[in-house]
Amino acid sequence: MSPRRPRRFNPDRDVEDWKGAYRRYDIVKEGFIALLAVAVLVVLLAVVFSSPDDPAITLKTWSVADPVDFAQTAVTELDGTSGTATYGPPYNNTPDAAQHIGFFEPAQWFGVHQPIDTAHDFVLGPLSTLVTQPVTQAAVQEYEGATPDQQSAWTTAYEKAVANATEVRGRLRVPPGRYGPVGVILSSLTSMSQAGGLDGTLLSGGLFYNTNYTKPLLFLADGTYLADKAGAQHLQGNQWGMMNETGNYPGQAWLWLYTMWYQVYPMNQSSNADLEVWVIMMVLSLALVLLPFIPILRSIPRWTRVYKLIWRQHYRELAAT
Amino acid sequence: MVPGFGDPLSYNGDMVLGALLGALINLGGTGRYIHWGFIQISVANLVVILLMIAVFIAAILLPFPRRKRGDQ
Amino acid sequence: MSIDTSAPPSSARTEPDVQVSKQWTARLRRSAEGAFPPDRLLPDRQPAYMASWVYVFGVLTLTSLAWVIITGCVLAIMGPSWWHVSSIGKFVNSLHLWSVETFFFFMVIHLWGKFFMAAWRGNRRLTWATGVISFLVSIAAAFTGYLSQQNFDSQWISTQAKDGINATGAGAFWNVLNFGQMLMWHIVLLPIGVVLIAGLHILMVRRRGIVPPFPETKSASKPEMNAEAVPRPAAPADADGPE
Repeated sequence: MSPRRPRRFNPDRDVEDWKGAYRRYDIVKEGFIALLAVAVLVVLLAVVFSSPDDPAITLKTWSVADPVDFAQTAVTELDGTSGTATYGPPYNNTPDAAQHIGFFEPAQWFGVHQPIDTAHDFVLGPLSTLVTQPVTQAAVQEYEGATPDQQSAWTTAYEKAVANATEVRGRLRVPPGRYGPVGVILSSLTSMSQAGGLDGTLLSGGLFYNTNYTKPLLFLADGTYLADKAGAQHLQGNQWGMMNETGNYPGQAWLWLYTMWYQVYPMNQSSNADLEVWVIMMVLSLALVLLPFIPILRSIPRWTRVYKLIWRQHYRELAAT
Repeated sequence: MVPGFGDPLSYNGDMVLGALLGALINLGGTGRYIHWGFIQISVANLVVILLMIAVFIAAILLPFPRRKRGDQ
Repeated sequence: MSIDTSAPPSSARTEPDVQVSKQWTARLRRSAEGAFPPDRLLPDRQPAYMASWVYVFGVLTLTSLAWVIITGCVLAIMGPSWWHVSSIGKFVNSLHLWSVETFFFFMVIHLWGKFFMAAWRGNRRLTWATGVISFLVSIAAAFTGYLSQQNFDSQWISTQAKDGINATGAGAFWNVLNFGQMLMWHIVLLPIGVVLIAGLHILMVRRRGIVPPFPETKSASKPEMNAEAVPRPAAPADADGPE
């Protein structure tokens, strides 16, 4: 072995060999006692507190509870102005939509791999399955056969009108206007959703088995109904929601640092906040993994002297000998 | 089948079990939150964090049994 | 007369058998025996300086993980929808949730304790690193667990988290809105990851031993140390058990 240059003892990096006493220790017994102790604790907690289970909302419950919000959301899916339609990668190629820090734009680099065409996937496609409704089919065909400018004129007019829409015995009532087939399209879609047909159609996508809820979840998230329910439970981003659970249950306290960055400047005003916070947390996580190599940080245990309390019996015995 | 229990794996038959296994303290309902400057934290999470700190401090300060005879 | 065609036991060799000693099997066995002799893997003694309740949080974290996995297996037996329609299922779900809460509770206290003991000292940096990484992987496992609940929580958490994950580009192939994918990550891939990394962490703890206290003398007056005095992987000169 080649001789190594002797290096200076660094108390934050090195240890002295232990040449002192040992005590009897039963590792298997300790593990067994811990297993029992945790079992008792967990059973107690489960019996006393149970667990939360707020039921999922559906497109049906949304469109029945708030058909106006549903229709307002649906028309933005049709004209491509909804949150999903303008999201960018991985759903579509909306220019300048991907979050970036300078030239670093990983979402754009990875590209579109979960393609969503909101007009077709959320509105026209599901309506096309209603083959026994000739009025709906005619409206869909009229819309699909029109020029983009004509489509835009119709949807813009409808968006203005539906802002003043009302709900009469659960049915959508939109003030009259010049919005061509869009009125029939949106009222058919609302009725389809209220009857429960849209949930199944959006999920299945024509398949028998499907466990991918991307489309119904994105449609739900584009509206305000889901977000309002979450806000009432303090789950929104600007409410430190990432840490929280429904009701009075403890949530994920260990996410405190991750959600904290969203509350502070400049992230709390940035359209690239998600990427910025991720980069910060990746750097901090790496720093935690590599803490043993980082001067000053690795000296904090020695400086704070909490170890003197932990090992006080050892230091007392050392002083006595 | 045991009266009152029904099929323990079905919803309709386990009313007694439900009473036994449901929450003694209901943590559902409206959550309670504390606002302190820009910090918002649920009472539940605050209790958990304070409990962790208390347990940590107790673990450090509580006396540990001294060595028994027979240790080297 | 029958001919004994079985290979002779290793101990029966009477002259050096170069062919066997070069085998991968023999090398692996020798390496494992060298790194983990039985009395290091399952010790019956520990250094006297381990006299604090702060040392129990590692085993409490591990046993919490055991209960997370056991209760998760029970949930897996009946499928992901069971707990919504059965009181027993709801109770098992509660056990699973609270064992996760105790898992993180004890793990973070364990992290605090190890930090204030500077437990990376003496060539224990990999022990520290595997501990932190198992913490991070556990967070991912818990996150996919929330996605697997099939309730309002799952809907909200998935539609919010997608923004963070999509921003990194990972959303292109790791789709948090895809229940099937997230469930399989939660019950197969991430548990394997957590167990492997936590297992490695525990092996490192057994290999290097529990970090000794800071020296009582001032570090500035310490003479230059011979490199051999600093524990090296090949020399079992650490603090765990007499040689």
